[in-house]
Amino acid sequence: MSKAVLHLSEGTEPGFLREVEQEAGTRVSLCYQCGKCAASCPVSFVMDLEPYQVMRLVQLGARDEVLRSRTIWLCASCTACSERCPREVDVAATMDALRALARRSGYRPAEAQVALFHGIFLDNVRDTGRLHELGLMVRYKLRSGDLFSDLDVGLPMMRHGKLKPTPHRIRGVEQLRVLFARVRAREAAAVRQSTGADRESEAAAGGRPEKGGEGR
Amino acid sequence: MKRIGVFLCHCGSNIAGTVDIDRLQEAVRRMPGVVYVEQNKYTCSEPGQEQIRKGIKEHRLDRVVVAACSPRMHENTFRRTVESAGLNPYLLEIANVREHCSWVHKDREEATAKAVDLVRRAVAKVVFNRPLQKARIPVEKRALVIGGGIAGIQAALDIADAGHEVWLVEKEPSIGGRMAQLDKTFPTLDCSLCILTPKMVDVAQHPNIRLLTYSQVENVGGYVGNFEVTIRKRARSVDESKCTGCGSCWAKCPHKVPSEFDLGLGQRKVIYVPFPQAVPNKPVIDREHCVYFKTGKCRVCERFCPAGAIDFTQEDELITERFGAIVAATGFDLFDHARYGEYGAGQDPDIISGLHFERLVNASGPTEGKIKRPSDGKVPRSVAFITCVGSRDDHKGISYCSRVCCMYTAKHAILLSEKVPGCRSYVFYMDMRTPGKGYEEFYKRSQEMGTQYVRGRVARIYREGDHLVVQGEDTLLGRKVLVEADMVVLATGITPRRDAGELARTLGISYDQYAFFNEAHPKLRPVETNTAGIYLAGACQGPKDIPDAVAQASGAAAKVTAMFSKDTLTADPLIATVNEAICSGCLWCKPICPYRAIDEKIITERVRGRTVSRRVATVNAGLCQGCGACTVACRDGAMNLLGFSNEQVLAEVEALCR
Amino acid sequence: MKYAYFPGCSLSGTAREYERSTRAVARVLGLELEEIPDWSCCGATSAHATDKLLSLALPARSLARADEMGLDVVAPCAACFNRLRTTVHAVRSDRKVRQEVEEVLGQPYAACSDAYALPDVIVNRHGLDNIVPHLKKSLGGLKVACYYGCLLVRPSAVTAFDDPEDPQTMDRLVRALGGEPVVWPAKTECCGASLSITRTRVVWQLAAQILTAAQKAGAEAIVVACPFCQSNLDMRQVQAQKWSGRRWNIPVYYFTQLLGVALGLPPGELGLESHFVDPLGVLRQKALV
Ligand SMILES: Cc1cc2nc3c(=O)[nH]c(=O)nc-3n(C[C@H](O)[C@H](O)[C@H](O)COP(=O)(O)OP(=O)(O)OC[C@H]3O[C@@H](n4cnc5c(N)ncnc54)[C@H](O)[C@@H]3O)c2cc1C
Ligand code: SF4
Ligand code: SF4
Repeated sequence: MSKAVLHLSEGTEPGFLREVEQEAGTRVSLCYQCGKCAASCPVSFVMDLEPYQVMRLVQLGARDEVLRSRTIWLCASCTACSERCPREVDVAATMDALRALARRSGYRPAEAQVALFHGIFLDNVRDTGRLHELGLMVRYKLRSGDLFSDLDVGLPMMRHGKLKPTPHRIRGVEQLRVLFARVRAREAAAVRQSTGADRESEAAAGGRPEKGGEGR
Repeated sequence: MKRIGVFLCHCGSNIAGTVDIDRLQEAVRRMPGVVYVEQNKYTCSEPGQEQIRKGIKEHRLDRVVVAACSPRMHENTFRRTVESAGLNPYLLEIANVREHCSWVHKDREEATAKAVDLVRRAVAKVVFNRPLQKARIPVEKRALVIGGGIAGIQAALDIADAGHEVWLVEKEPSIGGRMAQLDKTFPTLDCSLCILTPKMVDVAQHPNIRLLTYSQVENVGGYVGNFEVTIRKRARSVDESKCTGCGSCWAKCPHKVPSEFDLGLGQRKVIYVPFPQAVPNKPVIDREHCVYFKTGKCRVCERFCPAGAIDFTQEDELITERFGAIVAATGFDLFDHARYGEYGAGQDPDIISGLHFERLVNASGPTEGKIKRPSDGKVPRSVAFITCVGSRDDHKGISYCSRVCCMYTAKHAILLSEKVPGCRSYVFYMDMRTPGKGYEEFYKRSQEMGTQYVRGRVARIYREGDHLVVQGEDTLLGRKVLVEADMVVLATGITPRRDAGELARTLGISYDQYAFFNEAHPKLRPVETNTAGIYLAGACQGPKDIPDAVAQASGAAAKVTAMFSKDTLTADPLIATVNEAICSGCLWCKPICPYRAIDEKIITERVRGRTVSRRVATVNAGLCQGCGACTVACRDGAMNLLGFSNEQVLAEVEALCR
Repeated sequence: MKYAYFPGCSLSGTAREYERSTRAVARVLGLELEEIPDWSCCGATSAHATDKLLSLALPARSLARADEMGLDVVAPCAACFNRLRTTVHAVRSDRKVRQEVEEVLGQPYAACSDAYALPDVIVNRHGLDNIVPHLKKSLGGLKVACYYGCLLVRPSAVTAFDDPEDPQTMDRLVRALGGEPVVWPAKTECCGASLSITRTRVVWQLAAQILTAAQKAGAEAIVVACPFCQSNLDMRQVQAQKWSGRRWNIPVYYFTQLLGVALGLPPGELGLESHFVDPLGVLRQKALV
């Protein structure tokens, strides 16, 4: 967690809490920082903020610090936190919401690989209707530059016929293309509505560089 | 024509700041029947009241309306004022122009218009007010205390010491309640039974106390000053008048079952007293497990009883008695941690509750005070304590704080380090709540003795071979922590007794969403219930430690003795009455009355020279609380609520609709 | 019993053996699986990590087809099951959500059909009583750690599958097959599936924890009902062994594979040849193959 002084009266956005709660459909304001989410979280050991610290920063309206954190991208969506939260905060849904807000607000994802993976995955689905695992791996490896990992398992998989060489195109690809386009259009509208024109143009320009994650 | 006087209060600027009193006065002056209007800065003040008296005298007023705050605040004040001026107190009406008007509105125009309406309503009603007389009801000066924990014991002793007869009804074979199960008590660490048994003995020996153990309240009828209560005294199978408590029977009884008192950690005989210091020190036969009752053979206890006290033929006894007041002191149960799947779902023998721990450290407990873990009797080298189990966890159904767990956990950590030197102890907590006298110091003492406090809730507890692993978070560090523990103690929350709702319905008192009994007012009437004559003491009203339970018990006792200091009670005359002439006897009203105040009666009358009998409804003045439900249900319009009669209410409606 | 079958994308690739064993077992048990025509990907974690509406609209496309078939859906993949079920739940409980989903989908979707997980269908709905008569072999006391992972059991309010802290569905099956389900603490711990490609080391670490827990509990095998769980515990086991220097060597089966073995089906029909950790050794010891 950053140790810089947090100016509660000026450096924060009080409206952020409402925004997140609306997007996530859960009452983040009820969190009392007991830490049961973090104690349950399988991947907290790589996170920069513990899940309850994310909840705390959301409560305080520390928009920038939250949206540039690695945690929101590293969350494995296992929902152990939400299942056990004594205040019934859906922590995992909050993480989903924060990723969506970070994207819409033009933040460069602090875990670029993770975001890249999701993007390629969805493109793949949009184009053929079903995920083509080999295609996904190859595209991801080329784009991330991480060429040589998993070669040890890739070849035996090939041998066992576990990596289908060619994708299957479903008949209803057109419906999917329209579906994706409609979702994107709605997202763009949401960007315009919630954050005003300046953020939208930044989103279009690919995010402001100064908002990139710095890591620990 | 009535002569009505209206007194308009400014309440400083509370009312006058929003309502234009001069314009209100102008409007009121023109209302029919109003012969006098006056403004006061504070009508409730001594000079303000004097003005009312003066007005009544000088203008020969026979009805008074005060436009001021809520009748909940000053209705009684003004009733006494008009009474002292020679008027019947029920010829007064209040128009609430503060809570219902000035405090909830900002716009002066609208507020003033509404104030005019409110006063017009009161003026229209007061025309139909009749003089009413308070009823007097006799008081039976005998109290019933239900539950013999520390709260019930204290209440019974206080009332008995004041010279009144008390019956103490306890459902277990002995009094003592939870406190008897505790080892030492925070914040002073005095031995629980050492301070409790003298009081238990006092109860047994007090000439004014009649103690009924192994008994339960079955039915409650009647009303304040005159409750009629039926008590079931369960068959003990032991003649209490003969039994000397020598103990031969339970020494010889060949059959053992898990002891409820030791929460299943130890065993007891089938004929038993729950613990050595039990009061009365007379056993009961647990018929469900008794071999003689199951198979017809055994009777060992009978053979060995030197007093001939065993009586297998004894039956339950139903006793009915009249009481003037009742104190409910039925205490609490514990949250069942089987609901925490992540904490072992109640299946692991080494994950125990705080009350189990009390039994484990207690010298007369199943391990004779040696702390050994239940699974294999090993002395633990590391123990984790977890607070807020059940409490403050909406997900598991309880939002409230149980108030005692932080403190008893600190106590457990201290006792542990005293009994097992070198044993490591960890307390997982969310907030340490230590608001009592000497409590924070007690917490500090446990820190000084080496207890590690870890701030964070535990995610889960799992077994790894011989030990348990506690997976938690240290939120002060922002890091996950693991503790390997030989035993885990869960500070499970305080819940109402499982049968609390049932008892509340028998008593006719209200209870909250959890089934804790409701006090009449959370601040100003903490020991009374909404049902007159029934009082609360101890943890049945909400989580409490011993000092608070005792204080509340003495408070309840003071209320009872204050009531018993008079021979009669005055009852509010604002109750329902039946116009027998038009009552058709359908009795629709009877099931609707929440206070069971309506009954039927047969009246005889002469109709055209012949005597005929017919059925009509009748209202028990002691029970009726004046809620008015029956008046709405009555198809004949025969039910009327005095002070809110049908003609009064209609006059109000008409005045408002004008 | 007949179900609309949603195989999901990995069952034609990395989880081929799950597909084969599912089909084979269903045939023996008389469970009819009718593949949803032209089904499409559920969107998995990538969709809900990106956009909530997208994550509901993608499964809704296939679910709407199941509605037309008039059949409840069964999904062998725990991740697909979770997304399908979440969608049914969300569309049923919120009219606004339903409207939005229908808008982007361009067709009505009323969430008539329910979605179930394959182990639920086989063990609880079809029922052990209908399985036992078909059994040909006993697992002979094979010690099995049943691993449920996250997506079958959580969020329990939505999945309504089993106890979220200590599920028993597969344990009961293993017992019925003559195996011995071990009591172990990692049943519903997360394997980190969504980070498998991008943060592989995290997955090694999580897999190591789960495998160590199984080993400590004396398990000779692990059974799973999810392609991600399988590949992270089997394929990544080999890598995690190298990375951590520890050895587990525990075979990881789909529950349908062990069921198939007990039903007397030949290993070839169950896809037992395509594992990383040798799946046949333990079975040979018990004379099951
Ligand atoms: C583990 C633990 C440790 C604690 N340690 C401390 C401590 O160190 N210091 C401290 O101040 N407080 C402590 N407390 C709190 C203390 O136990 C309570 O404050 C106290 O017991 C409350 O007394 P009570 O009389 O209200 O209730 P109880 O002790 O529960 O007594 C109620 C009695 O009513 C009887 N009863 C119930 N229902 C009926 C019925 N329907 N008819 C007839 N009888 C009935 C019960 O059998 C029982 O005898 C501790 C609590 C726990 C759980
Ligand atoms: S478990 Fe819930 S209440 Fe506790 S810190 Fe996490 S989000 Fe907040
Ligand atoms: S859902 Fe995300 S934040 Fe919550 S426990 Fe799982 S990985 Fe951690």
